[in-house]
Amino acid sequence: MKKLVILPASLILVLVSQAQTKISGTIRDMKSHIVAGASIQIKGSYDGAVSDSTSHFNFKSFEKGTQTIVVSNIGFKSVEQVIELKGEPIEINFALKEEVSELKAVVVTAGSFEAGDKKRAATVLNTLDVLTTGGANADITAVLKTLPGAQQVGDQEGLFVRGGAGYEAKQFIDGTLVNNPYYSSVPDIAQRGRFSPNLFKGTVFSTGGYSALYGQALSSAVILESIDLPDQSQVNASISTVFAGLGLQELAKNKKSSWGFNYGYTNVWPYFQIVKQGVDYFTIPEFHSADANFRIKTKSGGIIKYYTTFSHNQLGLRRPNIDSLILKDAFGLTNYNWYNNFSWRENLGNGWKMNLGLSYSTDHNDIHQNIQNQQNQYVITGFPYIDTLNFALENKSDLSQIKLVLDKRISGISVIRFGSEYMYANYKSNYNGLHVLLKDNFLASFAEADLYITNALALKTGFRFEQSSLLNKINFAPRLSLAYKLGNGGQMSWAYGDFYQKPENSQLIFSTQLGYTKATHYIMNYMKVTTLQTFRIEAFYKKYNDLVKTFPVYNNVGTGDAKGIELFWRDKKTIKGMDYWISYSYLDTKRDYLNYPKSLQPNFAANHTASFVLKKFYSKLNTGFNFTYTYATGRPYYNIKYNSALVKYEIADEGKTIDYHNLGFSMNWLTNIFKSYAVVVASVTNVLGSNQVFGYNYSYNGNYKQAITPVSTRFFFIGIFLSWGVDRRLDAINNNL
Amino acid sequence: MKNLLFLTMMLITGIVSAQSKYEAGMGKAFEQMKAVKTAEDMGATAAFFERIADTEKDKWLPYYYAAYCNYLTGWMNPNADKDAVGEKAKALVVKAEVIEKNNSELYILRQMIAVQQLTVDPMSRFQTYGAQANEALEKAKQADPNNPRIYLVDGQYKMNVPDAFGGGKEVGKKLFTKSLELFKTFKPASEMHPSWGFDQAEKLLAQCQQ
Repeated sequence: MKKLVILPASLILVLVSQAQTKISGTIRDMKSHIVAGASIQIKGSYDGAVSDSTSHFNFKSFEKGTQTIVVSNIGFKSVEQVIELKGEPIEINFALKEEVSELKAVVVTAGSFEAGDKKRAATVLNTLDVLTTGGANADITAVLKTLPGAQQVGDQEGLFVRGGAGYEAKQFIDGTLVNNPYYSSVPDIAQRGRFSPNLFKGTVFSTGGYSALYGQALSSAVILESIDLPDQSQVNASISTVFAGLGLQELAKNKKSSWGFNYGYTNVWPYFQIVKQGVDYFTIPEFHSADANFRIKTKSGGIIKYYTTFSHNQLGLRRPNIDSLILKDAFGLTNYNWYNNFSWRENLGNGWKMNLGLSYSTDHNDIHQNIQNQQNQYVITGFPYIDTLNFALENKSDLSQIKLVLDKRISGISVIRFGSEYMYANYKSNYNGLHVLLKDNFLASFAEADLYITNALALKTGFRFEQSSLLNKINFAPRLSLAYKLGNGGQMSWAYGDFYQKPENSQLIFSTQLGYTKATHYIMNYMKVTTLQTFRIEAFYKKYNDLVKTFPVYNNVGTGDAKGIELFWRDKKTIKGMDYWISYSYLDTKRDYLNYPKSLQPNFAANHTASFVLKKFYSKLNTGFNFTYTYATGRPYYNIKYNSALVKYEIADEGKTIDYHNLGFSMNWLTNIFKSYAVVVASVTNVLGSNQVFGYNYSYNGNYKQAITPVSTRFFFIGIFLSWGVDRRLDAINNNL
Repeated sequence: MKNLLFLTMMLITGIVSAQSKYEAGMGKAFEQMKAVKTAEDMGATAAFFERIADTEKDKWLPYYYAAYCNYLTGWMNPNADKDAVGEKAKALVVKAEVIEKNNSELYILRQMIAVQQLTVDPMSRFQTYGAQANEALEKAKQADPNNPRIYLVDGQYKMNVPDAFGGGKEVGKKLFTKSLELFKTFKPASEMHPSWGFDQAEKLLAQCQQ
């Protein structure tokens, strides 16, 4: 700047000073609130000013005669006014009208946790959070369990949300439903999700009241949005105590397309040699998984994405038979799963957008169980209640679907959205030679409007119309939510909605004379979000109707309800470099379904659940330390037995498990290995070795019960993740920057 | 005599003001910028540059300086909402880019804005804002590899990244040395074109050598 020649501006100033006009005034909004930082300018001249923190402005101008004064500020409509400059001071006050803008508008948040890199108010967790949550082992579901609303169920996979069973929560990738999001069930052992958190840029965990775009989920929708193009080409390799993997991601030179693939192999044999397990594995769990993808940016700013993954896994384990001291149950499973997802997002111009999703998945299970003696030989005992445990089950479920959503921007930022989806589901099962085939042509249409009445008031309303050929019934589900911004930066939201879900295939194989199960949600929420802090409190009431009961015949007369309060607090601000969140859920729920003799608190529901997650990165050590502590009060358990004399089910025994405690820990050290950027991860679950009981299994006569516990007290993990091409360690860059 | 002097001065002034209302305005704005003491002053200077830009419509430099001054308020005011500052500055850069295509100075400014927004929450923002910053600098290098400010802002960012992350004082030292070398031969296209950074590069190099 010093090189600049300062032109004789001062000279001009002196000479024409007689002609100056002083202009002053205030700038406020329509509600008389101060607008600071607004710009005031005489059109065609440089003269002007900026309003200060008390709304005032003043400046002098050399201009003369009739001039136009322009007032503008981001988020407001510009105002013009004609004034006459004659040398006498002018005082003029402006009132600006707010523009409804995406940056300022309230966001409907009731029921949902949005996680992603969007800077929207609802952003709570991102992919990095999933990777660095202590004890979660990079499993999306495990991290979602640290948020309010979800139960700490460790003996079955799935998210048990607000008194809902695991199958009431569904996952959607780029809009389409995922049929088998978890590895196939093994009795009393929860399985991981199939999808890596690295695939997704955004996750919405909705614990109720969600959009009309999603259906067939009574309790919860996990909406996953896959990443677009990667930042850079890269090669990845990983090796750990249980798996090894290799991957490549290639970004085209013009940065308009990319393709890639990954292969991973998991074998827990070496791990089981060192860490003894509570069960006897006769087939060591082994997983092969391969995936491939391509992504192409289109001319008008859209993107086409395709992702496919194939996996094969097998395992076999023996556990003591509960009815006999000498017999064992030998359970074996082989699974093949192939999942394909194609999506096309496009700007059609004129405010129209299109989202097209296609998906196809096929899942094949081969499951068998034998009763074996001490020599691990198959035996027939002659006791029907033991011999019926011998079974062979083969099932294959296919799901094909297409979903089209059109999006039209109406006035301002308000949007209407509508579309249709069609699913063809085919389920084939062979249970001990008994063949069942279920086919369903399922059609749904939906429409929804996001209406921004002002920046402070938004309304989301929609409906969904569904028809299943298998049930031969239709349903109509209205949804409504509302958000209102309060003065202090906080906001209130309300949501209401009806949700329908088909009965499970395991129920439909006994009877297709069933209707949809139904839940109605009522939610109220207060949320206050700043860039580094989030506070949220939510209350809900959920009413269940038409749940499936299995006695005396399969019918839809089951009912239930759930109510509760949930709290969430996340803070990255108070202690520099430290990030923590606390969540608490209170749940009061009862339901009368399946073979329950009366309305009961289900065995997957605890009254109080709390999580504390802490992450601290030490830049001097290049190491992050992450802790997760989870607590839940005991869950009820029942021995529901058929009384043949009274021809009904009754509770032969009941109780409550001990409280659940789990401290998970992980650390990630960032370093260089073989010229690659490397992350070394070490983690352990249940550090304190707390005794965890998820429920009880009962012997046939009911005299003996056995606790359902994790197969080993702790799970240890050490892994090295290498990447060449892009600096992945910078994912966890220090906070001192 | 007095009248003659007055007339002559009037004449000169008239010519000057007619020919260079823009230069005069910019000159005044630069002067104001030099005298800045507080973030509020800097904001007022930014607004002045923006008024010039909005009036001229075909000059990119006032938009550049308006964006630059806005960016500076983000550092001067410790309580600034860096996202709001960043969005405002970016909007001004976009306006400048409409007039001046593919100029390294504007790409450099984009990098600076991205880094500023990154610092709000480095852990979760690195992937998006870090990539934006790198992409901007790559484009700046393509547009003009001899712009010393490329290596200055790169060094400023990297020196604060720990060694094992591919940053550190050694990396900073190299970049500032390169920047200073380029400053020796660097000539701004005009006296109004950006020329800042020499003192800063010297200071930061000294810091890295400590």
